[in-house]
Amino acid sequence: MHQFELALKSVKLRLLKMHYDSNSGHLGGNLSCIDALMTLYHLVIKPDDRFILSKGHSAGALYLTLWSLGKLKDSDIETFNKDNTLLPGHPCVYGISDLLFSTGSLGHGPSLASGLALAAKYQNSNRQIYCLCSDGEWQEGSCWEALIFSIHHQLNNLTIIIDQNGLQGFGKTEEIISCSNLTLRISSFDAHVQRIDGHNCSEIRTALNNKSSIMPNILILDTIKGKGSHFEGKMESHYLPLSEEQYRTACSKINEDRDS
Amino acid sequence: MRNAFAKTVVSHCNNVDYFFLTGDLGFMALEEVETAFGSRFINTGVAEQNMIGVAAGLAREGFKVFAYSIAPFCYARPFEQIRNDVCLANLPVCIVGNGGGYAYGYMGPTHHALEDCAAMNALGVRVMVPAFDEDIPVMLAELSSPTYLRLGYDDRPKGAEVPRYAPWRQVLSGEHGAIAALGPLAGIAWQALLDVPAHDRPSVWAVTEFNSDEISEEFWIQVTGRKLFVIEEHVAAGGLGMHVALAMAHLGVQVSRFIHRHALGYPTGRFGSQAFHRAQCGLDINGVRAMVLE
Repeated sequence: MHQFELALKSVKLRLLKMHYDSNSGHLGGNLSCIDALMTLYHLVIKPDDRFILSKGHSAGALYLTLWSLGKLKDSDIETFNKDNTLLPGHPCVYGISDLLFSTGSLGHGPSLASGLALAAKYQNSNRQIYCLCSDGEWQEGSCWEALIFSIHHQLNNLTIIIDQNGLQGFGKTEEIISCSNLTLRISSFDAHVQRIDGHNCSEIRTALNNKSSIMPNILILDTIKGKGSHFEGKMESHYLPLSEEQYRTACSKINEDRDS
Repeated sequence: MRNAFAKTVVSHCNNVDYFFLTGDLGFMALEEVETAFGSRFINTGVAEQNMIGVAAGLAREGFKVFAYSIAPFCYARPFEQIRNDVCLANLPVCIVGNGGGYAYGYMGPTHHALEDCAAMNALGVRVMVPAFDEDIPVMLAELSSPTYLRLGYDDRPKGAEVPRYAPWRQVLSGEHGAIAALGPLAGIAWQALLDVPAHDRPSVWAVTEFNSDEISEEFWIQVTGRKLFVIEEHVAAGGLGMHVALAMAHLGVQVSRFIHRHALGYPTGRFGSQAFHRAQCGLDINGVRAMVLE
């Protein structure tokens, strides 16, 4: 676990640098889900399993997670959000085998993951399908279409992870179209729902391994947008890139955590 | 034509490589597909966005997938899923739109599909509009990329033999230019001109794929210096007429006149059968005949 924690902090530092170097926004949603992505990829997922990043605006966190596993090179990461890159701000299916679909428009992942899960069932495969959504994304009707489909077909090999950071494009989720009782709502459809601290990797690992034998699994993560940065829990974290001072402060904070 | 489609799916595609999804449509048409496909036939319910997403997921795992609904519901509602999930990944999903054009007549404009081919073609989807029942087995012989199949009615003259399939093929000879007719309208034009002497009529070409690379040399020879007619149950924007005009301009072909009849929407604000709407657009038998003989 200690090695994993070192890798996690290294990835967070690299994530900050990548976004700082490319002057890119969307850092907040990357920092809210990086703990879950790293836990999933390093401690849970098996080689044949599938993953879809439905909240495509957290592409940076996914790229760095793949980088931490040696699936992307430094030279790839350095091209992020630059001309002639394979790593645009939202993941694209071209050129990188771990990216199964092009995501970025919200509400697509759950249906795609349901299709993958259905295929695995039909092929008598034990592979597991994981899909990471945002909480605001559940304002998209297509998520609910996929939810009722996956429940009807008892796709217990499907796990949908929801990064519930409470902030979306233009304000707080609870003030726009409230999803504050998402746990209750999704539970009422009969899915297997767990809600945990989305920054506690041990809890995330346990919850990801605690699967229903019948129903699709929904893991709701309580997270903080922009966690570890100066704009933790603030709207600015959704869009704004880091200034040099903000970048250095965020790096110091993560380094302090590493030293503690 | 949907019965011919269902029979083809059962006879040509009923193997472990194929899934068939329907958005809760196909009563009295898809029952034999449902029986033949068993667990590979899934009614995904009234949720077309999810149907296309699921189709993409299945296709990503190596399956070839049919996604069926009536035409407007399967291309317009889930347009973004087709664009992002199917097309960007270049997956073998065949979106089957039953009742293209005004085919659902009395059901009203929400059930018509007048711009489907242009919308799908713009995404790089292979667009196929069978004119005759026999076209369907040829079209379904290979499914390797995003495909849109627009089903209508086989309107050939009674008892007529259909020439061997080609995306552009002449079904009636003539000496006064040529008509390029999209899908089932080839049968309408064929009926309209069958009793007109060959030296007084244009030839009739059935166009069943939206790919101007497939236009034959023979077609260009027939229209050079003569009239070129294009008829389609589809809006002008992005339709067959525009494709033919563009190809003509690229090749420098000179015609004496370019006459384009296409879907006009609802010019009187009234609704009726497919025949009613076709007549309003000059796309019925009388309209086509008058267009040619005027």
